[in-house]
Amino acid sequence: MPQPIRLKDHEKDARQVRNRVVVGAVAICLLIIVLIARLYFLQVIQYEYHSTLSENNRVHVQPIPPTRGLIFDRNGVVVADNRPSFSLSMTRERAGDWEQVLDVIVEVLELSQEDRTLFERRMRQGRRPFEPVPILFELSEEQIARIAVNQFRLPGVEVVAQLVRHYPQGEHFAHSVGYVGRINEAELKVLDPVNYSGTHHIGKTGIERFYEPQLHGQVGYEEVETNARGRVLRVLKRTDPVPGADIVLSMDIRLQEAAEAALGGRRGSIVALDPNTGEVLAMVSQPSFDPNLFVTGIGFKAYSELRDSPDRPLFNRVLRGLYPPGSTIKPAVAIAGLDSGVVTPSTRVYDPGFYQLPNYEHKYRNWNRSGDGSVDLQAAIMRSNDTYFYDLAHKLGIDRLGNYLSRFGIGQKVSLDMFEESPGLMPSREWKRARYRQAWFPGETLILGIGQGYMQTTPLQLAQVSALVANHGKWIRPHLAKTVDGVPPVDPNPMPDIVLRNPGDWAQVSAGMQQVMHNPRGTAHKVGDTSSYRIAGKSGTAQVVAIKQGEKYDRSKLDERHRDHALFIAFAPAEAPKIAVAVMIENGEGGSSVAAPVAKAVMDAWLLGENGQLKTQYAPPVTAEAPARE
Amino acid sequence: MSNNFDRSISDEDVMRRRASLLQRLHIDGQLFLLLTVLAAGSLFVLYSASGKNVDLLLKQATSFGLGAVAMCVIAQFEPRFLARWVPLGYLAGVGLLIVVDVMGHNAMGATRWINIPGIIRFQPAEFMKILMPATIAWYMARHNLPPRLKHIAISLALIGIPFVLVVRQPDLGTALLVLASGAFVLFMAGLQWRWILGAVTAVVPVAVAMWFFVMHDYQKQRVLTFLDPESDPLGTGWNIIQSKAAIGSGGVFGKGWLLGTQSHLDFLPESHTDFIIAVLGEEFGLVGICLLLLVYALLIARGLVITVQAQTLFGKLLAGSLTMTFFVYVFVNIGMVSGLLPVVGVPLPFISYGGTSLVTLMSGFGLLMAIHTHRKWIAQV
Repeated sequence: MPQPIRLKDHEKDARQVRNRVVVGAVAICLLIIVLIARLYFLQVIQYEYHSTLSENNRVHVQPIPPTRGLIFDRNGVVVADNRPSFSLSMTRERAGDWEQVLDVIVEVLELSQEDRTLFERRMRQGRRPFEPVPILFELSEEQIARIAVNQFRLPGVEVVAQLVRHYPQGEHFAHSVGYVGRINEAELKVLDPVNYSGTHHIGKTGIERFYEPQLHGQVGYEEVETNARGRVLRVLKRTDPVPGADIVLSMDIRLQEAAEAALGGRRGSIVALDPNTGEVLAMVSQPSFDPNLFVTGIGFKAYSELRDSPDRPLFNRVLRGLYPPGSTIKPAVAIAGLDSGVVTPSTRVYDPGFYQLPNYEHKYRNWNRSGDGSVDLQAAIMRSNDTYFYDLAHKLGIDRLGNYLSRFGIGQKVSLDMFEESPGLMPSREWKRARYRQAWFPGETLILGIGQGYMQTTPLQLAQVSALVANHGKWIRPHLAKTVDGVPPVDPNPMPDIVLRNPGDWAQVSAGMQQVMHNPRGTAHKVGDTSSYRIAGKSGTAQVVAIKQGEKYDRSKLDERHRDHALFIAFAPAEAPKIAVAVMIENGEGGSSVAAPVAKAVMDAWLLGENGQLKTQYAPPVTAEAPARE
Repeated sequence: MSNNFDRSISDEDVMRRRASLLQRLHIDGQLFLLLTVLAAGSLFVLYSASGKNVDLLLKQATSFGLGAVAMCVIAQFEPRFLARWVPLGYLAGVGLLIVVDVMGHNAMGATRWINIPGIIRFQPAEFMKILMPATIAWYMARHNLPPRLKHIAISLALIGIPFVLVVRQPDLGTALLVLASGAFVLFMAGLQWRWILGAVTAVVPVAVAMWFFVMHDYQKQRVLTFLDPESDPLGTGWNIIQSKAAIGSGGVFGKGWLLGTQSHLDFLPESHTDFIIAVLGEEFGLVGICLLLLVYALLIARGLVITVQAQTLFGKLLAGSLTMTFFVYVFVNIGMVSGLLPVVGVPLPFISYGGTSLVTLMSGFGLLMAIHTHRKWIAQV
């Protein structure tokens, strides 16, 4: 059938469009009536309601900031709480000429021009209209009285009581718990504006920063009726805020204080872990500072003093301090050697006082220039024999060595809940090619075997190495929080346990570390001799400046700040470890002589009762195996 | 139609006798008068809404001037001549939208602008508001009415491409307006009611799908807040609560010019752009808004008359769609500010501050004028 030819029928088209125009016109009329009905509803029927809302500005929505969660040590001692404090706040919209009002405030309280600039900056940060902006904190009684007397000259200015963070333990937890500070412009941009609408402070470092969402809580709000001056007359509706979660730290304030005392004012750091749980028992980075200074805003002068001090009190040595691990890495290297099968516990190496690579002239020196003779693995750990470990590292090669040390956490972040932890550095062939555009040299593997060279570790990583040897490779990330809101923190990214082909290798290394302390030839036997329980330990020295071939370390020639750092790792009781410690003393020189006594003092404080004997709960079980060899 | 034809002849006679300046300039006097009233009203309200900001007023006045020039220039063209260029314009518009899409994604965020520094800066999506109805009208005018399934499908594809591109910018408000302007052409072309009903029933599943796959969080938040503004009085609910309070507190006669507390105390956000009707409602009350609605209604009525009187199918469809879309602007804006509709970011035509949308709108009215003033009196015999 042929298709009918379609002609354009203009008249039909026009009729069609005209019909639709009529339909459209009717629809438009109806919708305009809907709009007018809506406006009639708002402007006539609800007029009273809306005019009270608006005309007198009577009803306000005010955010109620949640109370920040408290922080306790493991025994319930308060580490961070909130104290009422009076602050001066100003509402720009009510102040009229607010800059002039600022002048009056400065005059009444006899403040400096510098304070005025600060106030002005805070005022300009104001957020919501009619929101009071706090400009001065911790008013004294006298200041409150002066404001009250001059209130008539200060429109829009009021004294408000608010809760402000306080750290009753002062310097003790500055590097672990951290501190809160005023929210700055950059933070304001990324924060949830609703949840933080009533909050003026935010965690800046440490636990306060890491657990900020949990500590902060959920904002509440209330609708209040105010008079023309903005004074609240009554609360119409209130939704309570949800206070922040409390945090119980795994740290113990007594151990913390004992550790700080043991360090005795020297610059350095101490980490003590429970190797069975990963709990951080003490974390010292000295010198420290008073976190309370930062809460309401530290003055520029005070801050630059802290920042520019050569002792660097703001520097968190535990998490950010990078040091070559020195001989403290040897237990981990020994595990690598045993597990990969390049040595057995009875493999012996003859030490003439140095090590030479085949076909190379260079002599890699043992610290003991006269040599230790023929040494096996345990003796090598006991004597900290460099020659043995040069040989071991050479046999392993950089790839296997790097692989094992990475499994101990070197070169990566090990903690669960610490802010801005440094990953340190575990060098590899790829790393060196990317960094220096050079191939890896065999000699660099050798010095890695004794913890020198490119490798860099944090004291926290060394403590974790010690804990891993203590608990036979079971990985639990060190954490500061024992519970958050009653629940232990969960590790979202657990490290795989170090599983050895022969688990007995752990005992070999542990035995070597025990001989460091308890064998008369052990490098730290002077410290071990005084101990009533068995300690497994390893000393180390981190070079600050390189010593050239053939030169000798001569302390008298070196600047005090260029002397070696003293390192020591240990765990005890050796049979059933309850505490693992890493000590670093800046420019302390002697790992065994300077750092080891500090480590022992920390372990004593944790393990010994009042009578100087092991607390019963820490006593080694009777069935514990005797150490492999004396 | 014969009736109409007679009247046309007599109209033409009248025109020839009194060919006034306006007619020779191809300007429609009624539209021009109404637009002038709106422009004056806009500056009046804007002075109050912007907090007596004279710079802003001057900018807006300049935009009005630019818009008027665009309108008059467009009015000079023969609609048939314009129709010839529509397909090319459409392709160019879609091309620019694709450029924006690519650039925007490179810039890691939303970009709606094409910016050649120092030369020009514009939103291609704005052009689409004019090009979209023109394209569909051009396409529909080539076939018999009512449209057949094949033509509907092709039209929907033509509408769909720029719609999706604008949604991706992301600018849901403009995208919906572009969609509406195309859809109104189909409506004017006599799209069968069963298709319209079918489309309306299909909106529900499409809306659900958009919710889950297309809409950004801030857009979802707007819808949620619209459904229950009290749920978030400190955040997004703030705008709606405050604008309702502003309008409602105006009462029947309003608080008086420059006396609106809500806007002058900064309670009202975006008081000089999307939410300007709240200022009008607060300061001039129900009477003020009704007067504004009256001016809009007269403009729309004139647009519909032009639609009916247009001689070409292209002209009829385009004029009808432009007029209906204009009403959608008005309805969506007032609806959203008064809490009837979710906040989608559609300015109030001719009153809200903003140059780009002004120029687009006035170009649209330029087209209406072109359609109306270039009618041929003998051609159809």
